[in-house]
Amino acid sequence: MDNNKTADLISKPLNVVNIGLEGFANELKQQDVSTIHVDWSPPAGGDPKIADLLSKLGT
Amino acid sequence: MSSVIINEVRPGFYLDSVALMRYSKSIAGLDGVEEAAMMMASPSNRQIMFDAGLLNDVSAGAEGGDLIIGIRACDANTAEAARAEANLILDQPTTSGQGETWRPKSIRAAVKASPDANLALISVAGDFAAAEARKSLRRGLHVMMFSDNVSIADELSLKQEARELGLLVMGPDCGTAIINGTPLAFANVVPKGGIGVIGASGTGTQEITCLIAQGGGGISQALGVGGRDLKDEIGGITTLMALDALDADPDTRHIVLISKPPAKAVADKVVARIGASKKTFTVCFIGATDWDLPANARFASSLKTASEHALGGKALFANFNANAIAKPASAAKVCGLFSGGTLCAEVQTLFINAGLTVMSNAAIPGVDALSENSTAHTIIDLGSDEYTQGRPHPMIDPSVRDQALATAMADPSVGIVLVDVVIGYGAHEDPAGHLVASLGASLSGSTLVIASVTGTDGDPQGRLSQISKLETAGILVAPSNADAAELALACLKLAG
Repeated sequence: MDNNKTADLISKPLNVVNIGLEGFANELKQQDVSTIHVDWSPPAGGDPKIADLLSKLGT
Repeated sequence: MSSVIINEVRPGFYLDSVALMRYSKSIAGLDGVEEAAMMMASPSNRQIMFDAGLLNDVSAGAEGGDLIIGIRACDANTAEAARAEANLILDQPTTSGQGETWRPKSIRAAVKASPDANLALISVAGDFAAAEARKSLRRGLHVMMFSDNVSIADELSLKQEARELGLLVMGPDCGTAIINGTPLAFANVVPKGGIGVIGASGTGTQEITCLIAQGGGGISQALGVGGRDLKDEIGGITTLMALDALDADPDTRHIVLISKPPAKAVADKVVARIGASKKTFTVCFIGATDWDLPANARFASSLKTASEHALGGKALFANFNANAIAKPASAAKVCGLFSGGTLCAEVQTLFINAGLTVMSNAAIPGVDALSENSTAHTIIDLGSDEYTQGRPHPMIDPSVRDQALATAMADPSVGIVLVDVVIGYGAHEDPAGHLVASLGASLSGSTLVIASVTGTDGDPQGRLSQISKLETAGILVAPSNADAAELALACLKLAG
């Protein structure tokens, strides 16, 4: 596949955005992996359907 | 005196599920508290709490973005004291954010702050995971979805969009990956080397990467694809992209593919792609006995055999002789209690290949569903939904296995209890120590306990240290999950 960017992922330094369990971010930081943890909470007042719709609208 | 249930809703208060489960356990352990839980108020969580007798009514007046405290105690004073303690714990500052002055509130802000970001690791509740994955893809990030309970329709749509963008979606329910030597989520510290792994199974990938490491080999990359990628509905989108990437990767010399047996049409596509490669492959479809493969690929029916193939035919643990250390089982039945789903499947495979009758809650082809009055050997996957709904996975919290262990050890028809101990990043800090403490005095009884440790000495828990704890307690330890199964078979044979 011409546009498969997986080669970039496996050839460049890993740089992670962690969304969810904070323990994963902490373990990556312990390994000196560049990691940024998102201070996440359920979007759209916790309504998954609206959250899904918003993600499709690009917000 | 009847129990008292107290509920409190904290609007818009969020903590991740592992933190909440840990806090819930500490409140449930207070004197006089019968049960306690703190959960985000999704409909499924509210139902779990209601079913557990922790909510006075199933709605609890809460929305999905709220947190609910549910406490059932012996009297009102105890329940109120527990509620106060729960609020105290919830309000304590998190220590893990030390040194951080700012945290982005969104993926967009995270990518703006970290423009070189290339992977989103998503472990939010399944209801919200697809939305976060979609946002990540649109910010140019590859995605590893640890979250489960994502619909197959969402999985397909995400993977199709990712393919168009040239990005990889590992998952949903992808527990394990190693990228450029970095273990992600549940994964182990293994040396770098020329073997690439593509896994639809977390613990299968963990066992294979660890066995390869113990055999002197190394891992270039281990890419997870999610347990459903090779189903007809998804068509192997991520597997095929991962195959393309590892085929083109100069650091990958040999590729191991591990999955449950795939759908025929998907298998045909994957096998054709393997045949078009100049590299060599090991294909391990756990539960299948054989597969028609091109000349550059070999089939392996177990994780251990797959690892040996990947190591160029090197026999692993040639000095291990199950017959030499076997002891006669005191009764005819084996009870396997596994935290790893693929480790559970591997044992089923080896047992039915040995001619045994087996039943399981996660039955592979040829194995029966669980039945109360059956005398078949019982091999349980404690990581499956019926054991983990509203509870952490047994690899995070090994106490999920405690009750089943106690029951098996007290069952006079069970002669052997067979377990896995999975270590590495993401896993409990001392699963062997917990297992020994949980078994306690029952270890001096007649039931044999056989274990293996999936991990390496580079892992935070240390494989040798975990093995030492098990052996000191009198547990028979085999060098791999497959060898543990062989040892159980040898113990059965000695008993006649």
